[in-house]
Amino acid sequence: MTKEEKARRKFISDTIKTVCGVSLLGMGAGLYSNSASSLPADILRPPGALKENDFLSACIRCGLCVRDCPYNMLFLGKPEQKVATGTPYFIARTKPCEMCDDIPCVKACPTGALDHSLTNIDDSRMGLAVLVDQETCLAFLGLRCEVCYQVCPIADKAITLEKQHNIRSGRHSLFLPRVHSDYCTGCGKCEQACVMAEPAIKILPHRLAKGHIGDHYRLGWQEKEKAGGSLVSPDAKREYNLPEGVVYDYETGGVTEKDSPFSKNPMDTLNK
Amino acid sequence: MKLSRRDFIKNNAIASTAAVAGITIPGISVVEAGSKTELRWDKAACRFCGTGCSVLVGTHKGRVVASQGDPDSPVNRGLNCIKGYFLSKIMYGKDRLTKPLLRKTDGKYDKNGKFEEVSWDEAFTVMADKFKTTLKEKGPTAVGMFGSGQWTVWEGYAAAKLYKAGFRSNNIDPNARHCMASAVAGFMRTFGADEPMGCYDDLENADAFVLWGPNMAEMHPILWSRLTDRRLTHKGCEVHVMSTYKHRSFELSDNDLIFKPQTDLIIANYIANYVVQNGGVNKEFVEKHVNLRLGNTDIGYGLRPEHPLEKKAKNNKKRKDTVGSKPMTFEEYTKFLSDYDLDSTSEKTGVPKENLLKLAKLFNDPKKKITSYWTMGMNQHTRGTWINNLVYNIHLLTGKISEPGSGPFSLTGQPSACGTAREVGTFAHRLPADLVVMKKPHRDFSEKVWKLPEGTIPKKPGFHAVLQNRKLKDGKLNAYWVQCTNNMQAAPNMNEESYPGYRNPKNFIVVSDPYPTVTAMAADLILPTAMWTEKEGAYGNAERRTQFWREQVQAPGESKSDLWQVMEFSKRFKVEEVWPADLIAKKPEYAGKTLYEVLYKNGQVDKYPTQEVKDSRGNVYQNHEMADFGFYVQKGLYEEYRIFGLKGPKKGHDLAEFDAYHKSRGLRWPVVDGKETLWRYREGYDPFVKKGAGVEFYGYKDGKAKIFALPYEPPAESPDKEFDLWLCTGRVLEHWHSGSMTQRVPELYRAVPDAKVFMHPDDAKARKLRRGMKAKIESRRGFITVNVETRGRNKPPKGLVFIPWFDARHLVNKLTLDATCPISKETDFKKCAIKISKA
Repeated sequence: MTKEEKARRKFISDTIKTVCGVSLLGMGAGLYSNSASSLPADILRPPGALKENDFLSACIRCGLCVRDCPYNMLFLGKPEQKVATGTPYFIARTKPCEMCDDIPCVKACPTGALDHSLTNIDDSRMGLAVLVDQETCLAFLGLRCEVCYQVCPIADKAITLEKQHNIRSGRHSLFLPRVHSDYCTGCGKCEQACVMAEPAIKILPHRLAKGHIGDHYRLGWQEKEKAGGSLVSPDAKREYNLPEGVVYDYETGGVTEKDSPFSKNPMDTLNK
Repeated sequence: MKLSRRDFIKNNAIASTAAVAGITIPGISVVEAGSKTELRWDKAACRFCGTGCSVLVGTHKGRVVASQGDPDSPVNRGLNCIKGYFLSKIMYGKDRLTKPLLRKTDGKYDKNGKFEEVSWDEAFTVMADKFKTTLKEKGPTAVGMFGSGQWTVWEGYAAAKLYKAGFRSNNIDPNARHCMASAVAGFMRTFGADEPMGCYDDLENADAFVLWGPNMAEMHPILWSRLTDRRLTHKGCEVHVMSTYKHRSFELSDNDLIFKPQTDLIIANYIANYVVQNGGVNKEFVEKHVNLRLGNTDIGYGLRPEHPLEKKAKNNKKRKDTVGSKPMTFEEYTKFLSDYDLDSTSEKTGVPKENLLKLAKLFNDPKKKITSYWTMGMNQHTRGTWINNLVYNIHLLTGKISEPGSGPFSLTGQPSACGTAREVGTFAHRLPADLVVMKKPHRDFSEKVWKLPEGTIPKKPGFHAVLQNRKLKDGKLNAYWVQCTNNMQAAPNMNEESYPGYRNPKNFIVVSDPYPTVTAMAADLILPTAMWTEKEGAYGNAERRTQFWREQVQAPGESKSDLWQVMEFSKRFKVEEVWPADLIAKKPEYAGKTLYEVLYKNGQVDKYPTQEVKDSRGNVYQNHEMADFGFYVQKGLYEEYRIFGLKGPKKGHDLAEFDAYHKSRGLRWPVVDGKETLWRYREGYDPFVKKGAGVEFYGYKDGKAKIFALPYEPPAESPDKEFDLWLCTGRVLEHWHSGSMTQRVPELYRAVPDAKVFMHPDDAKARKLRRGMKAKIESRRGFITVNVETRGRNKPPKGLVFIPWFDARHLVNKLTLDATCPISKETDFKKCAIKISKA
């Protein structure tokens, strides 16, 4: 092969490489813009992450948060993934956030993409646990599971168990997990621990997880509790026409007979 | 010793990690395939706790592929807890043992050798040789067995018979000793008969529930959902919860009582005092049905005799002093109680006055029907028998007993603690149906049923659980067999007693288990064992309900049931090798026979020939024991055992005939004319109460129960300057006991992989610990390293920490002290002193 020929070959191959490289770059950019606009629902950001668009502009892809996570549950997005390359994320079902008291990932962030004003991990909102499938959730079927409740680091606040009579069995109680967005940090412990083949409880981004009741309506009992009493004048004390010896219980609406129609003091009876 | 303790612990950690990591699900594909094809469904009792839920087991191609809560079961009506939900996976851990394994070097047994696969014949040959040598050189007290409240009824019966009648050794004790021996001793002492008078129907009839420590919300999940339902649907229903730390049962509590460890004794006496002072005593009931006794005090702590506490104690040397009591008048009893007033009780227990008062007033209300529940908090207690007695006192004083909704009810932790350990009598001092070895008439009756010469059964009680480990360590117990339990992990003070005992070069240790447990690792011979529905079985739950199941699937490899192992092993012994000549002379026809022929092929146990085991739909089931021995072993053993209840000296233990249990979802004994008994000792409900008696505690000849005046005495070990925290051990909902089954279910492992130390955030902070950090937990006997948990399900007060014991990688019993209740011999796993530092 002559020198010229070699040079020509090299030119061609270099050109081809460049073309491929550029087109790959373009593909990457396409993927990037795609993932930037919408984060997949099962991809969660570390504690204190700004809103997705703000986060993406603030995050410099340095990986320090990933390095400082003592539980190695944070990962950096790879080009083939639907998450912006180099940005930190975690998957609740495989490795949830352990909610360290000192929040090392936030401390490590040099730009504030993870908000440094987050000092109490309980205030973080990585997502919201949602009991997505009441049909298969074991607790809704009356089985004594409640694993999600048990593993919740803010149990009794972020997840409570609501007790209900089990109409089917007639003599057992249901213990229904209910998530409270005021407390749930979206750490993902519940989704990870759910014992079912597919979890019935999942962490979703707030935009997908929350409904809104509308501004035109208020819940009366909540407003009353907030106000510490009736918003208007309280109901007057009630009196009822009742047979002798019968008591009407307002709370239950139950009508019961007094234990005895007679007063303890015989004089009351005699002098009536 | 080649295998050092360090190696052992290290190996054990590696093995358990591997076990946990390595398991796969039996195969979702199999289950899916099953749902398309026909599964064969048959009933069984759940393998786990003493609640005794019934389940339906779905098999396909010789494998259990699914299960469901039995909708026809009166206990659970189709429900299960999360452990029961995974029943179909417990038999299919990847590390099932399938062949006998013997420690060997150069092809020969060697205590320090490595485990090698051997045939059953070789296993039994080596084992029989060790037992025979021991019997010959040291006599029957040098052989022993540790059994289980998870044994099926006939397994416990066959094993007890082999030891008490065959080897003439009473050194057989069940793990139930760790679990409810104090309830047993309490029931026997107060009522002269074991087991609760009530049943689960109390849950639907009570006005109030008093929890004396148990965390029912996690440990008896299905009963808790019944209790909760009553609380939700019955107006005025109250739940009072006592414990030394806050746990999940407090979620339902109307009255929280967090008391300082051991002061439950004070609370119980305070309530009795309040009731006596405020007119709550049911005088007619007390006069007619109760005797008053002043119990002996200063009874020691069941430690080794050379321990300073034992040297100091007054009434701990002789059994009759420890359990002794003398009559007292009601005036004397009133005076005894008067020390337990509200102010001093509140001060000593740490419970606010209003909470104490609320509980006392509840018992004082003659209209309230009250059920008391307890489990390990009251039983695992150095005054366990006493606190049981004291709670019965309150129910007897108020007459709140033996009627729908009222009574003291001991919950059991094991599926057959009642059915096997208690009713069959696999304890070191017991015989079937409430009989004991110490009483001549009881031995005589047993020998008659068993067709044995008079004097076969020794009268001295054998070594109880804790004593067995001490005797192993001291080289006094040398041939030892452990079945169906994981006692290396379960027994207290592993470092100082259990481990040195098992590895003592003088001893030969056999462990039968389906899995390589911590106990198996410390053994010399491991026998692979069929479990749960791999054999025909029977369990008795906490409410006296006996439940049967058929063999559903074949055990893997060469695994054999505990029953098969016991009976097959008995073939290796000639009567001449175990009995003295003068005993054989009383029954010369036994000369030259094997123990198998004397005990099992005795014309009684082998009465029922081989038959097809069939359900009502015509499905045919295997029965490996029947096939191997040539007769219906389970039926024969059960029908012989039944004679003790029907004709024995202690009445009220009648069981129904064998076939009845294969038809029903369990029956609650005494079963008379096919009818179950719901509430014992109450006329009308209990067929053994004489007409016109109203109530009759017929466990005692005069028909009266006993109230015992017993004071507060301090625990064996309390926190001090150096070891400044209380340690309480216990359980979690997701794992059962030592975790040998539930830790092998991947989903349950994922839900709760490790034991953690639950502690108060301030206690953690003071030791520079944060949630999730590794902490070193140290007692005078050893240390473990676990992660700190300051949130979650358990919220201990300052000064106390809680660690569950299910985790083979973090063995909390390296820390615990082997102090027991001197009467029941049950260990106090709830109280010892520890310190915690950064690991």
